[in-house]
Amino acid sequence: MAERGPHPVFELEAVRYSYMDATGLDGIGFRVDAGEKLALLGANGSGKSTLLKLLDGLIFPSGGQIRAFGSRLDETALQDEGFARGFRRRVGFVFQNSDAQLFSPNVWEEIAFGPLHLGLPQDEVEERVKDTLHILGLEHLRDRPPYHLSGGEKKKVALAAVLAINPDVLLFDEPTAGLDPKTEEFLIQMMAELNRAGKTIITATQDLGIVTHIASRAIVLGEDHRLAGEGPAAEVLADRELLLSANLVHYHTHRHDGLEHSHPHSHVEKHDHRHRG
Amino acid sequence: MIETEPTLPRWMIAAAGAKAPATSGRRRRRSAVERTIQGMAHALRTSVFSEQIAARQGLLQRTDPRAKSAGLLALLMAAAIIRTPLLLLTLYALTLAAAASSRVSLRFFIKRVWLFIPVFAGVIVLPSIFNVVKAGDPLFTIWSFGHEVRLGPWSLGTSLAITRQGLAGAAILILRVAVSVSLAVLLTLTTRWSDLLKALRIFYVPRVFVLILSMAYRYIFLLLSLASDMFTARRSRMVGPGSPRDDRHFAASSMGTLLGKSSTLSDEIYAAMVSRGFNGEPMTMRPFRMRTQDLLLLVAALLLAIAAVGGDRLLG
Repeated sequence: MAERGPHPVFELEAVRYSYMDATGLDGIGFRVDAGEKLALLGANGSGKSTLLKLLDGLIFPSGGQIRAFGSRLDETALQDEGFARGFRRRVGFVFQNSDAQLFSPNVWEEIAFGPLHLGLPQDEVEERVKDTLHILGLEHLRDRPPYHLSGGEKKKVALAAVLAINPDVLLFDEPTAGLDPKTEEFLIQMMAELNRAGKTIITATQDLGIVTHIASRAIVLGEDHRLAGEGPAAEVLADRELLLSANLVHYHTHRHDGLEHSHPHSHVEKHDHRHRG
Repeated sequence: MIETEPTLPRWMIAAAGAKAPATSGRRRRRSAVERTIQGMAHALRTSVFSEQIAARQGLLQRTDPRAKSAGLLALLMAAAIIRTPLLLLTLYALTLAAAASSRVSLRFFIKRVWLFIPVFAGVIVLPSIFNVVKAGDPLFTIWSFGHEVRLGPWSLGTSLAITRQGLAGAAILILRVAVSVSLAVLLTLTTRWSDLLKALRIFYVPRVFVLILSMAYRYIFLLLSLASDMFTARRSRMVGPGSPRDDRHFAASSMGTLLGKSSTLSDEIYAAMVSRGFNGEPMTMRPFRMRTQDLLLLVAALLLAIAAVGGDRLLG
């Protein structure tokens, strides 16, 4: 295991989350250090989005505990305005559904929403909105209502709205889902650059093709909502049995050289395999 | 554990078998229900959410939202008290003048106000204009029964007629509703939603009400888009227009689905707002500034309201 830095961003201990009678997460424990690039991998319904919401203090564990920046993260802590403001300034969340995230009458106000509600002075809010529009190439959209934009533009505005807060930790939920290749590439580059600037990047995804670009460490959630594995991203991706058990790859049956056979298969990249006999 | 490739049923392997798309001469029209939902979604998108009118440079847009809300509230209260048609008409004329000086198209403004009145006020006052509901001097006789008609212990008289008193009462009520709706529409059209909510907080409207209003605003549009998408998805799987009855049935049965979806969506929007620092207190980039002209306008509105009520007492 890699050596741990002195500044944990999140520490999770035996975290359990259940909703009505259904278990969302069970016995989850891990630690995220400042400046890390972490991927949360798991099949549909494994609890990735739930885990992100727990990390953002939007929902709270039914059991176990989460510590953020050394303090306990729970409902009572977030009821304290000072703590809530400090936490929201340090952690930003880019939701999977951009439509739910964009609720202001125009792009400019959408991006200003975060900094404004976190109590930044007006001139600083203006400067941040202007700069964020510029780095994401959204200046021409500043007066447009967000719901009139394309899927890719919406995702960029959603990212801009979070970046304007300038959080230390960025949570992404399936960031590349439904994006065209160009926007996907842009987003991945942006995430890498943000990490180089010292931001902690935590991404929930089942798109194994992007994992090595956006993460150096990966955590795998099993279909039983428990931690199925953890390790350096490249090693996790190479562990076919782990990915198979988490339903992230599937057996693939095909025929060549007159031989029909099956082997675990994912769409990460080209793969070579040999046959005996 | 070896999963096999999915096996397609025989009918799915066969080609569609239908003839190539060709015109049949029959046209299908979108149903009334579908048109209504899409129309509402479009209207909300273009007029309410883009806040185009609120962004214009007009008299009321320039006025401080607090002064504007207080002034219009005073006039609204006056309109609810006064009974003199002439005074109500004067107030209505003033709302038109205010709309014109705030760069609101008069046609749009009048349409917006009068579209609601038959539905909300018309239905309520309609019975009261007939002599069978409220006695009075007949103005037009619609039906002469020839003898006294009795309904149990009640006498309905010998004819069905519209009365002078009933008509005058109805006219005053409709006029009063028109003035009130005009004032409310003026306020909402010329003020950005976030400013309006902030002004409400200044008037000590509890935070929870403001929160509910702001959430309703944020997701009503998405709700309508969802409804509109559901109709589009249904249309893509239908041939022919479908009967109005089917449409109504679909609309009714999809309401449950829509309610479930909208509840999930509103949770998600709220989470996205909280994640970016929202704590129930609306904030805007435009600091409220009460200038002399705002104060003058407020004083003028208050004086007008007092004068209207006083005048009504004198004339009445």
